[in-house]
Amino acid sequence: MKLTVWTYEGPPHVGAMRVATAMRDLHYVLHAPQGDTYADLLFTMIERRDHRPPVTYTTFKERDLGADTADLFRRSCQAAYERFRPEAMIVGASCTAELIQDDPGGIAERMGLPVPVIALDLPSYQRKENFGADETFYRIARALARPCEKTARPSVNLIGPTALGFRHRDDVTELTALLSDMGVEVNVCAPMGATPSDITRLGAAHANVLMYPETGESACRWMERDLGLPFTKSIPIGVGGVRDFVAEVADLLGVAPGLDTDRLRLPWYSASVDSTYLTGKRVFLFGDGTHVRAMARVARDEMGFEVAGMGCYNREQARAVRAVATEMGVEALITDDYLEVEAAIEAAAPELILGTQMERHIGKRLGIPCAVISAPVHVQDFPARYAPVMGIEGANVLFDTLVHPLVMGLEEHLLTMFRADPEFHDAAGPSHHGGHAPLVAAEEGGAGPRAPVAESPRDISAKKTEGGGATGAIEVVWLAAAERELKKIPFFVRGKAKRNTEAFAAARGETEISVDTLYEAKAHYAR
Amino acid sequence: MTERFAQASGQGCRNAPVLKQRGQHEVFCGLTSIVWLHRKMPDAFFLVVGSRTCAHLLQSAAGVMIFAEPRFATAILEETDLAGLADAHEELDRVVHELLARRPDIRRLFLVGSCPSEVIKLDLAVAAERLTAVHAPQVRVQSYSGSGIETTFTQGEDTCLAAMVPDLPAGPEWPEARELIVAGALPDVVEDQMRDLLAKIGIETVHVLPAAREATRFGVGPGSRVALVQPFLGDTLAALERRGARHVAAPMPFGAEGTTAWFHAIAEAFGIPPEVVDRAVAAPKARAERAVAQAAEALRGRSVFFFPDSQLEVPLARFLTRECGMEAVEVGTPFLHRQVLDGDLALLDEGPTLSEGQDVDLQLDRVRAARPDLTVCGLGLANPLEAEGLSTKWSIELVFTPVHFYEQAGDLAGLFSRPLRRRDALKVGAAQPPAMP
Repeated sequence: MKLTVWTYEGPPHVGAMRVATAMRDLHYVLHAPQGDTYADLLFTMIERRDHRPPVTYTTFKERDLGADTADLFRRSCQAAYERFRPEAMIVGASCTAELIQDDPGGIAERMGLPVPVIALDLPSYQRKENFGADETFYRIARALARPCEKTARPSVNLIGPTALGFRHRDDVTELTALLSDMGVEVNVCAPMGATPSDITRLGAAHANVLMYPETGESACRWMERDLGLPFTKSIPIGVGGVRDFVAEVADLLGVAPGLDTDRLRLPWYSASVDSTYLTGKRVFLFGDGTHVRAMARVARDEMGFEVAGMGCYNREQARAVRAVATEMGVEALITDDYLEVEAAIEAAAPELILGTQMERHIGKRLGIPCAVISAPVHVQDFPARYAPVMGIEGANVLFDTLVHPLVMGLEEHLLTMFRADPEFHDAAGPSHHGGHAPLVAAEEGGAGPRAPVAESPRDISAKKTEGGGATGAIEVVWLAAAERELKKIPFFVRGKAKRNTEAFAAARGETEISVDTLYEAKAHYAR
Repeated sequence: MTERFAQASGQGCRNAPVLKQRGQHEVFCGLTSIVWLHRKMPDAFFLVVGSRTCAHLLQSAAGVMIFAEPRFATAILEETDLAGLADAHEELDRVVHELLARRPDIRRLFLVGSCPSEVIKLDLAVAAERLTAVHAPQVRVQSYSGSGIETTFTQGEDTCLAAMVPDLPAGPEWPEARELIVAGALPDVVEDQMRDLLAKIGIETVHVLPAAREATRFGVGPGSRVALVQPFLGDTLAALERRGARHVAAPMPFGAEGTTAWFHAIAEAFGIPPEVVDRAVAAPKARAERAVAQAAEALRGRSVFFFPDSQLEVPLARFLTRECGMEAVEVGTPFLHRQVLDGDLALLDEGPTLSEGQDVDLQLDRVRAARPDLTVCGLGLANPLEAEGLSTKWSIELVFTPVHFYEQAGDLAGLFSRPLRRRDALKVGAAQPPAMP
């Protein structure tokens, strides 16, 4: 058993729902107890979908347990087919149904429905949501896709976008336009927007664009083997990522690489003098492997940040993330336990966190600015406006996203100059973030700004880390005067100053930190 | 009660036929109730023994609350736990020890059963006894089930409270001790209003189940009278009756009428003359009537359709039809407990279809045919129905928001009128959702 409060991923059948909901004319019959329909509201509320997910739950109850759950499944399957008349169906079990062993696949197969019925085997007690999506789409592709005549003009499939995907909607639009500029058409985009008949035409493309390895890699590997479709490996996030991607597509399809950079603003924004203060800002990245890998590169090479730590919650991407982390000179954190993430962030004392909804709250607790770059996310990260993270516009969006949480350059100077000013004291916060609004008590659950005192559910499992200074063996004590001096340092750099000073003192074998130590350290780390 | 309300025909919907359907249910399981129960019991921790699905459900239902140091968690079953049950008990002990070591402030620990734990027949009652023996008197460990195969949404509160009843000390005799037990978790502010009015009527000893803290446990016996403030507490009521307590039957305290009838029923059970009640409640009752009249302007003459969710549907339909002038088309409830709802059913005029249980596709066919002005439903259905041009009120809010008794009556009507007022206020052209990819 594993004690859990937050989970980065849902169970695998939620991944299957993400594929089914992304597609059209496909229906999912899920053998599941009453209550598992809670997952519907992820799609209707967080993503604001205007239709119910195409999922029929058998809704077995206690009185059904025993012989007739299999019959219940059969009847639900029949009723779902008759009501919705889908082109194809997928069937499977949720975690509870996995225990009662009814074999949805076998039952559905014997029913002789006039459409393809694809059985899913999703081990609920070992795997998670991303695996569920990846495996489901692989099974669908494998069941339906056949070799077929190639399109006359160069074309690709976009593989991997799903329902509840972070910015998938606009990434698809952005990449479609970018490919069109190169004279490359999109044959099929799947699962998002595809019907089962569209899946049968996957083989007509000349190559696959694997947008999200988390949800499309297995299908791409199978298509490479069985349909002879090569697939792209670069992730078109950030300016460098997009250029690599364009070169890779051109190479795969034998077309001229072309990139219309008329609307690309990130390079100039990043080069302009107002961005100078961003140099060397320490950033911690956490999320799904793909977004973290791509964003680490954006952070270091395109924003001029220093990567202070990075990691991912999905083990499937551990190897790729470790490789990038090594290149960045940090050790990758591969964990799905938010307490470990919180401890790592506290130890790294970054000035900016790029993460998921969880890291946003960890940031709030530690008083560190945060931008969201990966699922899982709340409703505000399914925006009404156009907000891709891939392609040219994606790069522009990322510049704004990464800079906004930080105190603006000029204000940073003013804060340093006038740090005793009543309007600039710590609790006031940066003025462009509503920092002067009255604080809302955490109990009230208001959406207003909070003092960074909210506890996280860190109190169960795992050891509490003592403060931020992970200096190891030597216990370093702050003298009162030094502590007062530390408090004069603006809050957004204080964590770093504290950590640097402690490391500096420990390295010199000192056990006490005086005001002098503080300034010695400051001089030592000057950059 | 007062002249302002239409005279009920005596029987109301007491004997109305009930449409019972089985099929796909679009409802929460009982685990969801942990989200508000843990707030009412600050010294309690709720440990769900379940799967990743259970943890994911709690996270989705609790929304941002998950980040506010919740006192609930899931012990997620792993493959090794499913292999042999002896392991599961050892694992559970390990997890509980770990938890209690880290949280010395916990006085009550609830082991909450889920579908997976029920299916593999993991006996949490035995585990609770064993763990209590280890951790008493510091911590009392209890167990109940919030599984979807047994419970729907608010029934999780029922199974939790019912599990606490056998454990309560023996109570006093009637008439020496005339004690009132009020069952049902209420927001603190509402509970205080209720206690104030009960004191004004002359009822001195009032115990609330769930008690806020383990230290404030009370006795139950023949000297106890039980009033419910929530309609979904059938098992809890039965458990209290088995301990000798007597049920005070009353409509649920929603709206001015329901609240007044509720106080009158209690006064009668305690032999207090009705005019004492009328005097005590006159001012708040008049306030409630004014507030409801104001908030209900948008509701008068409009039709309402309830999908099953929390068992609050019958009392709410009674409030909306009698105090807000609405017309009920269908009142769906996950479970119709006739003893508990008798007072509300008697006041609910005949006319609406009463339905128990659900086949959601058939029910959606009915709502599309009826095209009601307002549909009360869960979050999985609300946006899809809005996209079809039906106004909806999402029902979960009715459980999470203070809606009981006089001072909340206007807010309660407001919850239903807001979607309709919004529809009239928006000038953005037809709200056709954009084509989804």
